[in-house]
Amino acid sequence: MAAVAYGAVSVSLAAVFEALRGHGDPTAIAIVRDLRLPRVVLGALVGAGLGASGAALQGSLRNPLAEPYLLGVSGGAAVGAVVAFAFGVSSNALITLAAFVGGIAAVFVALAVSRVGGRSTRGDMRTLLIAGVIVGAFANAAIMVALARAEPNTVRGALWWMMGSAADATWERVTWLAASILLAGGALVYWAREIDVLSLGEDTAASLGVDSERSGRRVFLLAALLAAATVSAAGLIGFIGLVVPHIARRLGLRAHRPLIVAAALVGATLVVAADLAARTVAPPTELPLGAITALLGVPFFLVQLRRTA
Amino acid sequence: MIGVVDLVVSYDRARSNAVDGVSFAVPRGQLTALAGPNGSGKSSIVRALLRRADIIGGTVTIDNRDVSTLSYSELARMVAVVPQREEAAFPSRVREYVALGRYPHLGLWRAPAKDDDRAVDEALVQAGVEDLAGRNTDELSGGEWQRVRIARALAQKTPALVLDEPTTFLDVAHEMAIFELLSSLARSGLAVLLVSHQLNLVARFAHTIVLLDAGKVATSGTAAEVMNAERLESIYRWPVVITRDPAIGAPALVPLRRPLNL
Repeated sequence: MAAVAYGAVSVSLAAVFEALRGHGDPTAIAIVRDLRLPRVVLGALVGAGLGASGAALQGSLRNPLAEPYLLGVSGGAAVGAVVAFAFGVSSNALITLAAFVGGIAAVFVALAVSRVGGRSTRGDMRTLLIAGVIVGAFANAAIMVALARAEPNTVRGALWWMMGSAADATWERVTWLAASILLAGGALVYWAREIDVLSLGEDTAASLGVDSERSGRRVFLLAALLAAATVSAAGLIGFIGLVVPHIARRLGLRAHRPLIVAAALVGATLVVAADLAARTVAPPTELPLGAITALLGVPFFLVQLRRTA
Repeated sequence: MIGVVDLVVSYDRARSNAVDGVSFAVPRGQLTALAGPNGSGKSSIVRALLRRADIIGGTVTIDNRDVSTLSYSELARMVAVVPQREEAAFPSRVREYVALGRYPHLGLWRAPAKDDDRAVDEALVQAGVEDLAGRNTDELSGGEWQRVRIARALAQKTPALVLDEPTTFLDVAHEMAIFELLSSLARSGLAVLLVSHQLNLVARFAHTIVLLDAGKVATSGTAAEVMNAERLESIYRWPVVITRDPAIGAPALVPLRRPLNL
């Protein structure tokens, strides 16, 4: 509610409730219903998707430093969006779609690379992670090349998008993101116990009756789907997928079913808070949301790295 | 019981078969040891048992059921395996960890019932780790961790148990304790298959030793039959003598020193 109330123009909490019920000042109604509320909901959904995706990935990869963007999803989605910008596409829906397709395509490329790079056809999750990082790096290089030839306006648009922002929230976008997150997130929750077993390692997982290869790929794909959906809706919002699962684990959760749900809730809260900060720290200028989450995330990442080293 | 008949296992890019026509049986109530030099095919047999390696020929059966016809969870209800390596990235309570051994019975959604709790309690007691139940897995010593892993396998309540090198990195006391534990588990009626490099301990504890060399069974039988200096020398390509263990008279292997031809 606070996040709905504060912004470049402040609306009192009472007015927010009024506006939600359709009463009061028409300007307030417009700000609340069409600008603020979708933006807050979008932020919450993005945070939930990234948090759940990160929790599932860290568990199945047995790597506390894993996060959705390492899978090449972010790079691929960015390529998709930048290609769309470069072709002069201005429709939001089309750019979202291009980003989503790019992200998913990158994941499939990573899957293919891991099969080539693996010792056998049974490529393990670590090879998959490395493949994702490599595909991501390639994607970033492709973006640089594309941007070098692009017009200034395109560059600005693409840059803003790559910094991540919930500013372009529309109810249409919110609906489509909510649907993807419910679907992929729900599937992760459904298979959560397999992630518990996967987190013991592939041989142990196999001895407990989990086909670690198939199950690992399933988690990878679902996590990537979540990440691609969030990236296509709000650009790159770094470090949420990395940090949030650790916060959820601090709450004492180990089994992945409650862990994924908790990570979704914590992620939602964090992104909404970060977006509130992005809007209100230096009004009327908006700071890029992805930069704020990264500013919070990097110190955390370093502390975590020291601890695991 | 576990039955391995004419098993052939091969990896994609390998020139020769990792396991090349191996047959042996692991009866209930007995401790059977699988030994042999590095790369002789021991772990590949374990992988074949878990359906993690491609079986090119022959069969692996558990209680007369071919493992390749079983689903992964059916297989996990018939044989519990303690693999060689396991890195848990996120520590959990010992009891919660052991309870993961119930996964093959619970599946994705069924909540643990009384039977499941009892299986976990029994497994903790059998492995002698009931006092550790409330500890975190990252606070355990090497010996404790191995016993906890065995407890997890016991919680699966399977008729057969397979362990791949469970005493690597353990000191003498912990190593002996693990062998005593496995021996008592076999006596309680489990079919226990132990993959181990510790020929001298295996010679004291195992009913049958299956000695592999280059993917084939070099020899198998009791310790007295298998522990033959000439045969061990040709398998390990190192000079050895066989003496008698002074305590119980079991055959014991002593590798000799020899200058390296560098």
